Amino acid sequence: MGEHRYKWIGTRPNRPDGADKVTGRARFGADFNMPGQLVGKVLRSPHAHAIIKSIDVSKAAALPGVKAIVTSKDFPEQPNQIVSAGEMLVNLRDITRNVMAREKALYDGHAVAAVAATTEAIAKEALGLIKVDYQVLPHVIDVEAAMKDDAPILHDHIRTEGVEPKPTKPSNIAKRIAFAKGDIEAGFKKAELVVERTFHTAPVHQGYIEPHAVLASAAEDGQVQVWCTTQGQFTVRGFCSRLLNLETSHIRVTPSEIGGGFGGKTVVYLEPVAIRLSQKTGKPVKMVMSREEVFRASGPTSGGMVKVRLGATRDGRLVAADCTAALQAGAFPGSPVGQGCMCSFACYDVDHIRVIGYDVVSNRPKVAAYRAPGAPILAWGVESAMDILAQELGIDPIDLRLKNAAKKGTKTHYGPTFNTIGFEECLQAAKNSDHWKSPLKPGFARGIAAGFWFNIGGDSSAAAHVGEDGTVTIISGNPDIGGSRASLAMMAAEELGIDYTKVRPIVADTSSIGFNFLTGGSRVTFATGLAVVEAARDVVRELKKRAAKIWEVEPDAVVWENGEAKPASTNVGQQEPLSLAKLAAMAGKTGGPINGHGQLNAQGAGPGFGVHIVDLKVDRDTGIVVVDRFTAVQDVGTAVHPSYVEGQLQGGAVQGIGWAVNEEYIYSAKGKLENPGFLDYRMPVASDLPRIETILVEVANPMHPYGVRGVGEVPIVPPMAAIGNAVARATGVRMLDLPMSPPRLSAAMDAARPKMAAE
Amino acid sequence: MQDIQYAAPKTIDEAVALVAGANGSGRILAGGTDLLVQMRSGMLSPGLIVDVKKIGELTRISEEGGGFVIGAAVSGAQIGEHARLPKAWPGVVEAINLIGSKQIQGRASAGGNLCNASPAADSVPALIAAGAIVVVQGPKGRREMPVEKFHAGPGRSNLTPGEIVVGLKLPPRAAGSADAYLRLIPRTEMDIAVVGCGVSLTLQNGKCTAARVGLGAVAPTPLLVEEAGKALVGTTLDEAALGKAAAACRAACKPIDDKRGTIAYRTKIAGVLLQRAAKIAADRAKG
Ligand SMILES: Cc1cc2nc3c(=O)[nH]c(=O)nc-3n(C[C@H](O)[C@H](O)[C@H](O)COP(=O)(O)OP(=O)(O)OC[C@H]3O[C@@H](n4cnc5c(N)ncnc54)[C@H](O)[C@@H]3O)c2cc1C
Repeated sequence: MGEHRYKWIGTRPNRPDGADKVTGRARFGADFNMPGQLVGKVLRSPHAHAIIKSIDVSKAAALPGVKAIVTSKDFPEQPNQIVSAGEMLVNLRDITRNVMAREKALYDGHAVAAVAATTEAIAKEALGLIKVDYQVLPHVIDVEAAMKDDAPILHDHIRTEGVEPKPTKPSNIAKRIAFAKGDIEAGFKKAELVVERTFHTAPVHQGYIEPHAVLASAAEDGQVQVWCTTQGQFTVRGFCSRLLNLETSHIRVTPSEIGGGFGGKTVVYLEPVAIRLSQKTGKPVKMVMSREEVFRASGPTSGGMVKVRLGATRDGRLVAADCTAALQAGAFPGSPVGQGCMCSFACYDVDHIRVIGYDVVSNRPKVAAYRAPGAPILAWGVESAMDILAQELGIDPIDLRLKNAAKKGTKTHYGPTFNTIGFEECLQAAKNSDHWKSPLKPGFARGIAAGFWFNIGGDSSAAAHVGEDGTVTIISGNPDIGGSRASLAMMAAEELGIDYTKVRPIVADTSSIGFNFLTGGSRVTFATGLAVVEAARDVVRELKKRAAKIWEVEPDAVVWENGEAKPASTNVGQQEPLSLAKLAAMAGKTGGPINGHGQLNAQGAGPGFGVHIVDLKVDRDTGIVVVDRFTAVQDVGTAVHPSYVEGQLQGGAVQGIGWAVNEEYIYSAKGKLENPGFLDYRMPVASDLPRIETILVEVANPMHPYGVRGVGEVPIVPPMAAIGNAVARATGVRMLDLPMSPPRLSAAMDAARPKMAAE
Repeated sequence: MQDIQYAAPKTIDEAVALVAGANGSGRILAGGTDLLVQMRSGMLSPGLIVDVKKIGELTRISEEGGGFVIGAAVSGAQIGEHARLPKAWPGVVEAINLIGSKQIQGRASAGGNLCNASPAADSVPALIAAGAIVVVQGPKGRREMPVEKFHAGPGRSNLTPGEIVVGLKLPPRAAGSADAYLRLIPRTEMDIAVVGCGVSLTLQNGKCTAARVGLGAVAPTPLLVEEAGKALVGTTLDEAALGKAAAACRAACKPIDDKRGTIAYRTKIAGVLLQRAAKIAADRAKG
């Protein structure tokens, strides 16, 4: 590591929430209860696409124990207006329809009504008594089918944005976007070799262990309290305020501990419904989704089509890079196609780039963010194509990437010019790794792929409260998903010069701390970290003031070192240093409580790059992929708490492996989801995986005092292509579509066999 | 809302009387790893649950004339830990022990696996290959039937109203005999067989003198593939014989396309697993 010498940053202390989590004391979404609470349940559409002609709730309402029923009539109409939610943009008109279907049910599992009753059994019985008169419509599931001229139209008001002349007919293509750098055709003229393929990915669910859960209590005076599992209590407050016409200060949202989110808990499903049911009944209402509901109705990320064309010279220099992507948005517009297109060629310094993207609606749940939304889909295409290029040119795949790597000063095709980034360093680290240098076991093959994600900053607030014994509470407002409390406390300890164990971080509710944008975009350690640093510095300023008062000198005659106030020079006099604890004890006599605040809009999030290496073998007869060794290399800026950084890399890699080999949504001909559970939605189990090795490359982000870059999203970008590239090298068969599940891989190998035998 | 009654009789007669008297709303509870899951998901709502784990004969493994009788409710864990059974019937035991995880093994029974009547049940192809006999008791007394005759379709058995399964009889073993079970799942555990294949065979002086093959998840019920067994008998289990038996397995398949596998894939894998399982059984038979 560089010249910095830190006391806490870079160490691995226990996390503040660890003991509660391993003893079961930690409270997750479904662990909140209130006296007299009712149970809320949602009635969901069994149809993929249907007009809701009428809903008759009279029988259900008459059932003893049923206290309230809501339908879309209980939610005010919303404007056609886009607001941001995490890394995604959502339209208020659409989100109220996603929370409760209005004119139409748009996917199997779409909420159409909800009941609050005294028991779960009564609530379930009541759902069965609600009569919905559906007029079933033709539906469309797949993205390319949805783009066809004769496809069933989901929304009559959608006219494809971004095309000239403005279309007059409705379409499932909500938007066309385009990015360009240089002159693509001129670029391809220079190419000595062109690689062109079309790839597909299946939509995948975030697969968080904890289902969505909420307890809402609306009081007679209009005040609302909500406890829920979310990645952003302020986002929940914001959405509920808009969807229910409530003032934000009248809603207090307390986030629970969170059992995983990965982007999927950046939107609302149950919260507005629970509040409305509570308002109607005057009782607290608790709602918990079943796993089946999570799969049928909460957001996966898009599946997509990616067509990639790369042009290169014989010596491996990329001269042109072109791609077209179409991403499923689900039932409402707003796939991460924009982000995906921006990430597509971000790893490479190419003069001529063109990227075109389509945002496409179809009859599936509205997509939500999932780690680096959009980027993995594009990377599957681009990084597979890079591997084909390396094979055709006979160049080592790392060397090919090194030859074309983006670096400081590279102008991206989507606008910005990179500041200090660590892609070359990652490629070098991969090349020098034990994994890359180790010989392959017989029968195994090796693949590599790279990945990029922007990382974001944004709005954060934090406070530091000094207790009378000199311990410090750090208050911020981001649900802790990956160990952020530990990292924030470590940065505060570093700033204050006190022991990590003297700093206690908490995640506050929306009424107890200023606004924090949600936990997403790998922003918390960076942006909220900056707010915490500012709050700690605010405390130090105050501490210096108090010491100055005691010593009867000017505040700038005092310095803060190692947790103590010291005279800046001997001119100030021979004063005994005053520790934070001593100053805290005297606070009452020197001006009262000592608190610090930080509030900012963090700019300068450092982009992240990663390179993954995998060794695997393919069972020739069954098509089963056995992953034997996996190494994730990533530029992490500064690993504040290396264990939790490694955890992010390992988790992302594992999710990527699942995405690559097995995960997919299986729909019946009628558009019903056939595999809404972990048995048939096949995420990897522990015995499927080797230990994921990690290599942390630390190229400090110049825009953060400790060099922090976000780390949580990059690691899900490279794994699919790394695995596909290894599969191609193991079998001679290039898989273009995900997942590379045993039946598909087996069929592809069988199809290639006669051809390969002939060659 | 219907109330659920629970009974835990100590004798088979009582259990049979309770189930017979429940007008079709009675359900046997062994390990509950199917029953409780199906109740929670709303698939089943029995009026009476009859727990058979207090009945001696259903919860022990006995040895008779060189064979074994596995009580219908004996857990997978008990079966795996038995002193002699795993050596005599390694294929049957590995099939039962594949069910679920450690936690599931503490509860799940072979009787439950059989009676749940899933075409993909893991223990059933191995039991078919083994030539196991199901012992059944009902209001009209006891009867026996081969495992391959037990199933009527997905989720349906040939038990008549009031009948329960008492145990599974495994015959005595000739010298040079062994069995093996393999299943294909896309993951390494916690999954349902896309295809399951049990092979039981006897080798004398390097020649196969008897062989039975059971297949699961390739038809509405688990299958005995007699042609596959015949293809092995009289051979040294050379590639040609294995290829013929594999072809017989493929020919016996009547699978469906579903979320767990395609027709083409299931059919292909039936042959692959036959060859692999036969080799394992042969290696075991050679000791
Ligand atoms: C997490 C998990 C993983 C699983 N993995 C597998 C797997 O890998 N392979 C596999 O094959 N199965 C698997 N299963 C299914 C299940 O565990 C097995 O089928 C198991 O063998 C059932 O046995 P049980 O004793 O729990 O049956 P129970 O649930 O008690 O009974 C199953 C059915 O049989 C009836 N029944 C039970 N005993 C009798 C009897 N003596 N007479 C008449 N009817 C009877 C019951 O009424 C019920 O309908 C899994 C289940 C779970 C929950």
